[in-house]
Parts: sequence; structure tokens; C-alpha cells
Amino acid sequence: MRTPVFILLEIVIGAALYLLFRRYGNDYLFFAGYTVLQFIVLATAWNILGGYCGYVNFGTAGFFALGAYSSVFFYTLAQSLEDVVPESLQAPLKAILPLPVPVLIIIGGIVAGLIGLGTGYLTLRLRGVFFAIATLALAVVLQTIMVNWEFVGGSRGAYVIPPNAVPVFGPYIQYLFVLMSILVIIALTAARLIERSRLGYGFATIRDDELAAEASGVPTLKLKLIATVVSGALMGMAGAPFPFYIGYVEPDSAFNLSYAVNAIAMPMIGGTTSWVGPLIGAILLGTLQQIATVTISSALNLLIVGLLLIGFVIVAPSGIIGLWQSWTRKKTS
Amino acid sequence: MIVPLLQVDQVGKRFGGFVALDDIGLDIAEGERVGLIGPNGSGKSTLVNCICGTLRNDTGTVTFAGETMDGLAAHARTRRGLARSFQLPRPFMSLSVAENIRVPLLYTVNARQGPHLSPRELDDRCMELLKLVALDAKGGKNPRDLTQVEMRKLELARAMAAEPKLLISDEAMAGLSHSEIEDIVALLIRLNERGITIIMIEHIMRAVMSFSQRLVVLVSGKKIADGKPDEVIKDQEVVGAYLGQ
Amino acid sequence: MEFDLLINAIIAGILLGGFYAAVTAGISISFGMLDIVNIAHPAFIILGSYIVYIVNISFGLDPIIVSILVLPAFYILGAVVYQVYYLSFEKFGQESLRGLAFFFGLLFVTEVCLLLVFGVDYRSVNAPYIGSSLTFGGIEFPYRLLVPFLVALAMFVALQIFLSHTFIGRAVMAVSQDPMALRLMAVDPTRIKRIAFGISIATASLAGAFLIIIQPVIPSVGRDYIGRIFAICVLGGLGSLPGTIIAALLLGVIESITSTFYGPSWAPAVSFGILLLTLAVRPSGLLGR
Repeated sequence: MRTPVFILLEIVIGAALYLLFRRYGNDYLFFAGYTVLQFIVLATAWNILGGYCGYVNFGTAGFFALGAYSSVFFYTLAQSLEDVVPESLQAPLKAILPLPVPVLIIIGGIVAGLIGLGTGYLTLRLRGVFFAIATLALAVVLQTIMVNWEFVGGSRGAYVIPPNAVPVFGPYIQYLFVLMSILVIIALTAARLIERSRLGYGFATIRDDELAAEASGVPTLKLKLIATVVSGALMGMAGAPFPFYIGYVEPDSAFNLSYAVNAIAMPMIGGTTSWVGPLIGAILLGTLQQIATVTISSALNLLIVGLLLIGFVIVAPSGIIGLWQSWTRKKTS
Repeated sequence: MIVPLLQVDQVGKRFGGFVALDDIGLDIAEGERVGLIGPNGSGKSTLVNCICGTLRNDTGTVTFAGETMDGLAAHARTRRGLARSFQLPRPFMSLSVAENIRVPLLYTVNARQGPHLSPRELDDRCMELLKLVALDAKGGKNPRDLTQVEMRKLELARAMAAEPKLLISDEAMAGLSHSEIEDIVALLIRLNERGITIIMIEHIMRAVMSFSQRLVVLVSGKKIADGKPDEVIKDQEVVGAYLGQ
Repeated sequence: MEFDLLINAIIAGILLGGFYAAVTAGISISFGMLDIVNIAHPAFIILGSYIVYIVNISFGLDPIIVSILVLPAFYILGAVVYQVYYLSFEKFGQESLRGLAFFFGLLFVTEVCLLLVFGVDYRSVNAPYIGSSLTFGGIEFPYRLLVPFLVALAMFVALQIFLSHTFIGRAVMAVSQDPMALRLMAVDPTRIKRIAFGISIATASLAGAFLIIIQPVIPSVGRDYIGRIFAICVLGGLGSLPGTIIAALLLGVIESITSTFYGPSWAPAVSFGILLLTLAVRPSGLLGR
């Protein structure tokens, strides 16, 4: 399937889903759906570096929170313009602030992408293990900075009050839902494009055998950096609308470990070798968790995710895609 | 004076306290067929790694086609025409056999200046290379399904796919039958006639002798002989250190 | 007087550093010598802390005594975890991605289980020496730091003796460098690795006791220590016990000074900052191979 057709298909499916929810559902469906869509983006983003290249990122929360906090920054700036900005800059800034969410998404992506580039540049020359630990380190450093930065709320957190309604869509949550759907389309298209391009081959060789990849002419450092930047940027983009979705941003929730676990569990359970894996994993685990959080405690729900991760990693390392592939192979032989 | 294609100048490499390479000097002219022999652990693979950039040499310089290779990553050296096969085959396990060949075509041949291969030409080139090593029937298979011998051939084909000026073949013939060895030697000689300089690292003396115009002997990280094959194999030191074993 | 403050901060840092070294000893073995990235190590430490807590609250036993009693259980736990790891990943050479995900899952599951059982309240232990200090030459040595420091030192000495003077210990040091040689001596490398990993988790039992003596714990505390542990490991040089001690003391002092003069909320960033810096500048660490 050629890419433009694929994009069209995604748009059709997304639009159908939206209209379905709008017709038959209530606001809750949009809230829950937003979370699942967010997970699709995070899982797909993680998989570009983790599944395709084999470099594990434990700091998904860090990149996600970078997006969230850059939104908080600009929101707070708009709110407190008179107090923090010198007179001369107030007028031009008043004209562009408050920034609309799509712009914040782009900014979130850029900020997260740049941090990804920096971290990658420092650590991707070393073994994958050190990169993984460095991503963990990064998340903690970022969290410590946000805890100590009063302007974006510090440890007390920041309140973000979105408008009640928006033209065309109505309730604000529907607007956010549509934005996140667009991000899903971008993420899935990007992952699929990469997979089928020369880049996809390069990533696969890095995952299989970096030394042999270098000897075959693959510029491994450059490709790893590309993967890190794309992955980080997508995560930052997913985080940018978060303050408007949740209304109150504080470091413990923005940097929550559940993001890291889910971003790893969803692709590993779904299957890491293709863009379909994170999609399946995110939809399955995401919906499961939405149901579980309502019926059982959220801690128990996270426990299940963790156990599923361990289980799949041991028993079905190729994920659901792998299971399906061996099942179909058995049927034909 | 013609600049040698490859100049290895006082190259040394240690691992902790162990001296793997000790002040190695070697000049290879364009078009030569050189055999490199020596006992296990004498530093042959380490030398290859240093020349190709997989390892950084501690001392000395490697110069290729007049350009110093210091600081250049392995992929950059491959793109400049330095290719090698690995002693223990390292195929890309998540790609098919044909795709393994495609990678150097995509990332070396298509990364250079000059005309790029179209997808169709890439397919044709893959087929050509697979046929050269008699793996054309197994293009769609996974490397895991190949025999050891076939994996070595794939390893060699992958190095050839990079269209090198200098090809280093690292013990590609272990485990091959007589006729297979002859085939590979003939293949390498044909490549050489097309202009590719070749360094062959081998233990199988028949192959080395029928292939090499020049023989270099490495023992315990030092070069102890370098000259015409017939003379080198009669050298006392060489016989004592390696051939006599 | 600033100078007084500095001296006390340095002393506290050194004592804390001793504790950090004990916490890191286990990783020094599993990551430094066995090349297993057990990022779940802090979870085992926290587990140790909570077990010590329960026994201490119920029976009044000294926390360190408890941890020594529980040592064999932790050793067995470590051996079991290694066996699962080996059978699932190491045998197939797929350690990197899957192994990391496995240990990460373990870390996470342990933390959540502890959360479900104990909740988010801070827990601490009672012992006669906690709360008072030894004053010597005008400098304060809080007992809650001093006792773990001394026991940790003893543990380190015991480990070092084990590694250099017993057959199994030397086999452990050899296994990462030359498994073939071990096999030639009719020693099964897998068994040695299992023993070593078991020991590494056993140290977590002691480290857990130290932790809950030094500070009150909640389940998420483990994650704060991941950074410290790996920062120390990397800074000290993988597989070098002396390097671990030096790096741990350094980290302890720097953290203590930062905490005293800039506030404790910056402390987590110190270790991770050091980690990133070391990885960028000298990845082999101070005394690494």
C-alpha cells in the first residue's frame, strides 16, 4: 500500500471513530480514548528506537514531560505576562500568546527532540546498556529541575485551565481527541515509512550487529541519533497537550513511571518488529488499563502491566505479532 | 613514485597489558594479491580491525589511497573502498540472505558520489552477487537456515557488495571442500583481475600459495616475513614459528 | 560558621558514601563482573528494607541482625532470578533488549507490590542507636550513618577476601574474562554466575537494612538509587571493588555538600549528572578495565 493511500485510510478510520464517539458516546469515551491514543503515540515512538534499533529508552516519561512542561511554560507566560516580561516585549508577546495547542505540540516536539539529540550525542557511542541507563538518568535530572523550577509550578504543580468549549468541536476534550488522533496518524505513518525505507534496513542492521553494520557502510551513530531524535520528538509532541487534558501538572504525575513501563510493555507485548505491534499493544493494554483503573485500583492495574511485560518477554519475545506469525505458519504447513 | 594503496605505518595495539600488534609496517600496492598468515592469536584479525576502523590503533597511522584513516569510523572507511569479511560470520539475522547483500549496496555503493543504483538495479546486483557465491537459490531464506559454509560465502558476498578497492578476506575458507576452495580462490583472482586489491588471511596453505603474489607472516604481533611466497615459506623463522607446527 | 557546616557535610558524605558503596557492591558484581544489567537491584534492596521493617516492628530485633538472618533467602532468590534470566535470554544471546526489559519489569512489579502491601506512608525502624550521635573532636558522627558505614566496610572486606582468596571467588572474577578457561578447569561457568548473582542479591539484604536505618522508606525510594548505583559503578570503573568504594565516597561527599548548601531537592540530580558526565568524558571510569 502506497503511503498516501495509507494516510487516507488512517484519516478515514480516525474520522469514523470520532463521529461514532460523538454520536453514541459521552465525554468519558473521549477522555478514555485520548489516553489510548496517547499510548499509541508513545509506544510507536519508543519502538522506533527500541524495537527497530535495539536501544532501550527508560526515560519516556522525561521526554513526555518535556512536552508537557513546555506547554505549561508558555501557558504560565501568557497568564503572568505583566509580571515577568519587560515592558518592551509585552506588546509583541501579547499578540502571539496564548499559543494554540498545535503550536505547543510543535514546540514540545522540538524541545524533546533537541534534548534527545544532546543525550544521544553523549551516550550513543557506548554500549546500548549505557544509553539505557543514561535515559533513566535524564528523566530524573529533568524531574529534579522541574521540581525546583517555581515558574512552572515546582513541586506544588501548576494549574492549567483550558477553555470550556471550542468552535466546530464543541467540548474541549473532543478538540484534544482530534489533535491526538492527528498525532497518531503522524506517528504511525512515520514508523511505517521508516520501516520500508533504507533507514529501516539501517536500523535493523544496528539492532542485529552494529559492528557488521559499520563494516557494510552503515553510519550507525548518525542513524541512532536520527532514531533518538524522532522518537524523543514524538514523545514530546504527545506530552504537549497533556496539561490541557489533565488540568493540573505536577512532577510526580508528569514523570510517572507508568509512562516508562507502558511505553516498553506495549511494543514488547504487541511485537517490536513492525509499526503494527505498538498499535496492537497500546490498544489492548490501554483499553485494559482504562477498564482496570475504574474497576480495580490503579496500582493493581500497573502490577498487571508489569507482570504481562515480564511474561511476554520470557515466553513470547516476538510479541503478539510473533505469536500470530507462528500460528499462521503452522496452519500452512 | 606511485603511492601504495594501503600504507600501514608503525601500527601498534594493546589490550591492557597484552601487546596484540607491535610496530607493524606494511605497504600494499594497487592490484596486489597478498596472503597474510600466522599462528592463531598472532594479531591478524586485530590488524584487519585496525585497518578497517573496527578498532582504533594506539600508535601509528593507516593511510588508504593517500588519505589518512585516523579518526574515521569504520563505515566511512568502507565507503572509501576498504571492505572486509569477518572471520566468524556476522550476518544480519532479521534480514533475508538477499537483504544482507542489499545493505552494503544501499549504504556504501549508493552513498558514494556518482550515479546511484535504482531499486531494479539493486535487485539485479543482489542476484549477481548471490550467483557469484552460489547462493542465488537461497536469497529469500534467513541466514539461520544456512550452513556454516554458506554463511561464510554470504560474508564474502557482503564484502564484495561494497564494491571495494581493497578487499580483506578473513579466513573465509575454513571448512570448505577442495573444490569449494578452488572456486573461491578463482573468484578472488577474477575480482583481482578486475582491479580489486586483495589481502587473504588464511590457514589453508594450498589456497594461500595458489592465490598470493606476496606473502606476509605475522607472529605474536610482529611482522617476521614479507616477500615472494616461495621464498617466505622456506624462511627458517617462518618455518619455526608457524609452518613447522 | 560555614566551615563547621562544611566539615559536618563532608563527614556525613563519607559515611553516606560507605553506605552507597554497600548498595553498589551487588551491582559491581552483577553488572561489573557478570555483565548482567540488573536494574532491579534497588527493588531487592527496598524489599530487604521492608522485611527488616516488619521483623523489627513485630519482634524488636536489630535491623542489621534481621538482614543477616534473611541473607540466605536473598541468596536463593538471586539464584532463582539468575536461572530464569539465563534460561530465557543469556542462553540465546539476546540479553540486551529482552534482559533489560525483564529486569525493568521486575523492578516495577516489586515496587508496585510493595506499594499495594505497605502503601505510601514512610516506614522506619527502631534501634537504640538511631537518633544519637558520636561526637569526636568537635565533629558529629550520627550513629544512624556510622553503624551502617562500619558494617558496610566489614561487608566489603569480606567480599574482597572472598573474591581474591577463595576458589569460587576467583572463579567469579575469571568468569567474565575467560569462560573457556573455566570450562577447561571443569568448572561450569553458569553455576559460577548463578552463585555470584546470588551473592549480589544477598548484599541487597544488608543494604536494605542500612537504607532503612539511614532514612525512612517508601517503595519508590528504590528508583532514586538507580542513578546513584550506576553513577558509582560507572565512575568507579566496572568490576573494580576498590573503584566502587572511591566513587561511592566521592558521590556521597558531593551529594552531601550540595544538599547542605543548595538544598536536598537537588540531590538526585547530582548522581545522575555525574553519571552523564562520566559517560561522556571517561566511560571506563576511574579504575575500570
